[in-house]
Order: sequence, then structure tokens, then C-alpha cells
Amino acid sequence: MAALELRHLIKRFAGGVVGVDDVTLTVGDGAFTALVGPSGCGKTTILRMVAGLEEPTSGAVVIGGREVTHLPPAARDVAMVFQNYALYPHLTVRENIGFPLKVRKTQGAEVARRVAHAAELLEIGALLDRKPAQLSGGQRQRVALARAIVREPALFLFDEPLSNLDAQVRAQTRAELVALHRRLGATMLFVTHDQVEAMTMAQSVAVMAQGRVLQEAPPMALYREPQTLAVARLIGSPSINTLVGRTTGERFEGALTCTTTAAPHGDVVLAVRPEHLVLGTAIDAAPATVLLVEPLGPESLVRLRLRSGDVVVARVAGEATCRMGDDVGVRVAAGEGHCFRAGDGTRLT
Amino acid sequence: MSDRLLRRALGYGAALTLALVMVAPFLWMLSTALMDEFEVYQAPPPLLPTVPRFANFTEALTALPFALYFRNSLILAAATVTGQVVTAAMAGYAFARHRFAGRTPLFAVYLGTLMIPGIALLVPRFLLVDAMGLVDTVAGLVSVELVAAWGIFLMRQYFLSLPRDMEDAARLDGAGEWQVFWHVAVPLARPALATVALFAFIDAWKALLWPLVIARSPDLRVVEAGVASFHGMYFANWPWQMAAAVAALVPVLVVFLVAQKAFLRGLAFGGIK
Repeated sequence: MAALELRHLIKRFAGGVVGVDDVTLTVGDGAFTALVGPSGCGKTTILRMVAGLEEPTSGAVVIGGREVTHLPPAARDVAMVFQNYALYPHLTVRENIGFPLKVRKTQGAEVARRVAHAAELLEIGALLDRKPAQLSGGQRQRVALARAIVREPALFLFDEPLSNLDAQVRAQTRAELVALHRRLGATMLFVTHDQVEAMTMAQSVAVMAQGRVLQEAPPMALYREPQTLAVARLIGSPSINTLVGRTTGERFEGALTCTTTAAPHGDVVLAVRPEHLVLGTAIDAAPATVLLVEPLGPESLVRLRLRSGDVVVARVAGEATCRMGDDVGVRVAAGEGHCFRAGDGTRLT
Repeated sequence: MSDRLLRRALGYGAALTLALVMVAPFLWMLSTALMDEFEVYQAPPPLLPTVPRFANFTEALTALPFALYFRNSLILAAATVTGQVVTAAMAGYAFARHRFAGRTPLFAVYLGTLMIPGIALLVPRFLLVDAMGLVDTVAGLVSVELVAAWGIFLMRQYFLSLPRDMEDAARLDGAGEWQVFWHVAVPLARPALATVALFAFIDAWKALLWPLVIARSPDLRVVEAGVASFHGMYFANWPWQMAAAVAALVPVLVVFLVAQKAFLRGLAFGGIK
């Protein structure tokens, strides 16, 4: 296993489009890092540059202390699981898993032993003689994983490997990937547009937009202390509520008011997680109308329209006591809410 | 009768008519192959032989050294198929997947050659082959159809239609460019390669003009030339010629049936979700 370092990586495509804009990132030895961001943000391009399938315009890729920026994929000791699995349709599962060993001229007996081991690890021993076309999505996924682990690479790359699975299999595979990571102790870089995947699996999440890494932090730190408005908006479901207003030094004043330690500023966006909006009739509650109540079982989402016209979502435990059309009061829970400059979205402290 | 039924009947009627138009010359060839030598010349020409004469086949095929002609045609066809499949696969892959200086203009030149009629190439080709001293040799016979621009075009389009991920996966798995081509791209392209092979075979098998021009000795004659030679300036034996033509058709049918299987196998592919 090995650490991965990206140093000032830039990718400019023909026509001048900047796909990746000066990304510096470190994935520690044995760490599991996720790159998350909307489609087109450059995360897959980074993965392809790490794999050697794409040449960076400038910057360096370092794996295990060795610079590999201009080495061909085969010389990097990296395995990748593709979004569509990229299994070889003309080969059986056994031949698919054994392919990386075969092209490296590994001995037959050794190939058989390692294929059997990988198949056992992923519980696909019964499928070895089938062709990819005879497998379900989840099974293909496992075969792709087995093909990646069979040669014990220094680094694993995942390009949205769960996006083609149905919800149930996806949740199960998430847990299995985490378990596999723990068992192999492997360094993994995982690309996804699904923040739930990133948050639940990775030890560290790098949020990307427009070719840049906006913030990299452990999942809960990212959720609790977003450094920019964009990160606050990208992480969390349902999305964080945002309201414009100003800060006075002690308070945020806008459609809702709350205490804040943020420096006085005239043009501020307050971001509040749905679970930090409290319904009730406290003195400082702002009046609102219930637009929609969505019961989810253990909690309910209440969509509210404030007098200002802003729509916010509150998350309440259990069943909501209000109904559509009710007039209620809403306030920000004490000590919660993040203030950002409206212009550049940076955090006000 | 409802509109739908009427439309369907008209459709079938049109299809049947077209099918008859297509198959009629073949049936007439078959019928003529079984006629007596002089029965053919009756007016109006009869549609069917009064007594089918199967001896025409053995007589025609022994009147000239057809075993030799078949062998020559097979050599020509095998060389053409091998040459075209290999060059089309490799050049098509290179045009589809590799970036190199002059790729687009070169491809345009290849496509441009498709517009030159074969007959216009006959003399230049002969002069070239003659300059190399290959007139009246097997090498000279097979030399001009080893590369087909349309085959390269077809393979390029096919490779472009394949997802790149499998090739990228193979590169990450440690395969070199040659291994990627041989272990991944070529197996995936089997249906298209079968198409190239089939057309190359048919083209080579029915070649007449070039083999006539390049082969001076009777030992290098191909089947089509043999079939044609039943029809001289002062002599024509229609039944023998038709019998030889029917026999010449058999390998084409066999190859077509075999290749058709490969087409169908190609349809069963599915490694990508």
C-alpha cells in the first residue's frame, strides 16, 4: 500500500476548458478518501490522471513517494473500478479476474490460487464460469472488485462504482466496500456525485466544484463546519437552508434572526441545517406557513414559507404536529447557523 | 378486409415480387444447368428442362481442370480475407484510438480511394506488379486486394462505437497497447471482422478481370475464369457454363452460413451495463 499525493494538478482540455484547476490533495497510506461534487466538476478527470489514462497539463502525481505523472497506467500499480464495471464480455468471470495476472505473465497455478482467493473474498466463487452478460449488476460489481484486488495494487481508484446499482444493493455494497477497505488496509480514492456515499464510506471527503477542491475534511467536520457556502450547500440532504441578511456583530438579521459571533457585514448569507430550525411559539420565532409535511418515519420534513417569501425546510423528530396550511413560528436553534459573505461565499468568523 | 390486413397483404405482395425478381436469375441458371445443350436454343426458350440432365455437372467440371481452378480461387480468397481482416482491424483500430500526426488527412485519403473505380486501377496495378516481376505468379494474383479501404473504414467506425472503458481497464490491468488490441479490442470487434471477412471472400471469389489479366498460364486460372471460358468467340455451352456457375456458388453459400453464425454470436455480447 502507498500514499497518494497530487501536487498542483492542472488539466486544460483542447479548446481551453479547464477541467482540473490546481488541485493539491493527499490520501494517506491506507486511507479512504472520497472526491464528491456535481457532474463536470473534474473529479473523474483527477481519477483518470491518477490512473494514467489522462495526461495532466501540469502538476505531479506521486504514489508511494514515486512520481508517476508521465508513466503509463501499467507502470503505476493502480487498480480502478469503473462506473460501468468494464468487464471483458468475451471472457468468463474467472478469466476476467485473472486477466491482470495473465497479461503480467504470472504462472498458471499462481493465477488460479489468487483468483480463487479474490473470488472467495467477494463471495463469487459460484460464478467463476459465467460470462458477464449472465450476471446481475451487483454481481458484475463484485467481479470488477475482484479483478481490482487480485493483483494487490498500491492504490485503488473507484469511479462512481455504485451508481448503476439499485438502492438496496447499493446500501449493502457500501457497507461491504468499507469492510473490504478495513480488511485490505488499502489506500482508496473514491469518486462520487452522491454525498451520502462519500459521507458514509470515506474517512476524508474532498468537495469539488468547477475543477477545484473547495474543502477537504472528515465527513462530520465537513457537515458541521463548512468553510464555504458552496460546501454547505453540497453536503447534507435535504440541502442546507439559506437566507440573506446582515450581521451586526452579535446577531444575524434577515428573514430569521439568530445570535452569531460573525464579524459585522452588510451582505451575509445565513445557512442553517434543517435539524437546526425549531418550530414553536418562542418570542423570537418568525411567523411562517406550512407548505408541506413529509413524514419519513423516525422524522418529518416540514417545508415552510416565511413572511419574506423564503422557503425553508425544518427536520423534526417523529411525527410533525402541524399540518399543511397551518401558521407556525420558526427559529434557529441556539448557537447554530453559519454566516457566509454573500459575494464570494467565504465563511464569516 | 380491414385497412391493416390490406396494408399487410400489399406489403407481403411487394416483398414477394422483389424476392422473385432477385431469385429469378438464380433459378434460371439452375434450370439451364440441367438442360440439354441444344434445348437452350429453342424459341421460345423453355423454363424447365424436359429431362433434367445432371451429367452436365460432371461433364462441365471435368471438361476443364476445375479442381485446380477451385484451388487457385481458394488461395486468392484466403489471402484476400486474411490480408483484409488483419489490415482492416489494425488500421481501423489505429484510426479510431490512436492520436498521430496526419491522422485525419490520411483517413480522408483512404476514403478518397473508395471513389476510384476498380477498372481505372487495372492498368496502373498491372504495371506495378509487372515492374516487380510478379506477373503470372500467385503473389501477383493475390497482391492487389490485401488491403481494403472500406474495411478499414468499417472497422474504424466499429471501434469508435465501442466503449473505451474496457480498453482503459486493460491498460490499468497491465496490458500493453498490443495486448489491449489483441485481448480486448479484437474479440469485441468479432462481428465487424466477420463482416469484413465475408465481403472480402465474396469479392475475391467472384474476381474475374484481375485474375484474367495477371494470370497468363492456365495453371493460375481461377474458378470464374473457368466458368467464363465455356463461352468463347465461336462456341458457347450454356448448360455447362451454368452448371459450373452453380458449383462455383457452393463455397460462397458455405462461407455465408458460417459467417452468419459469427454475426449472431456478436449480438449476444453484453459486458457493459
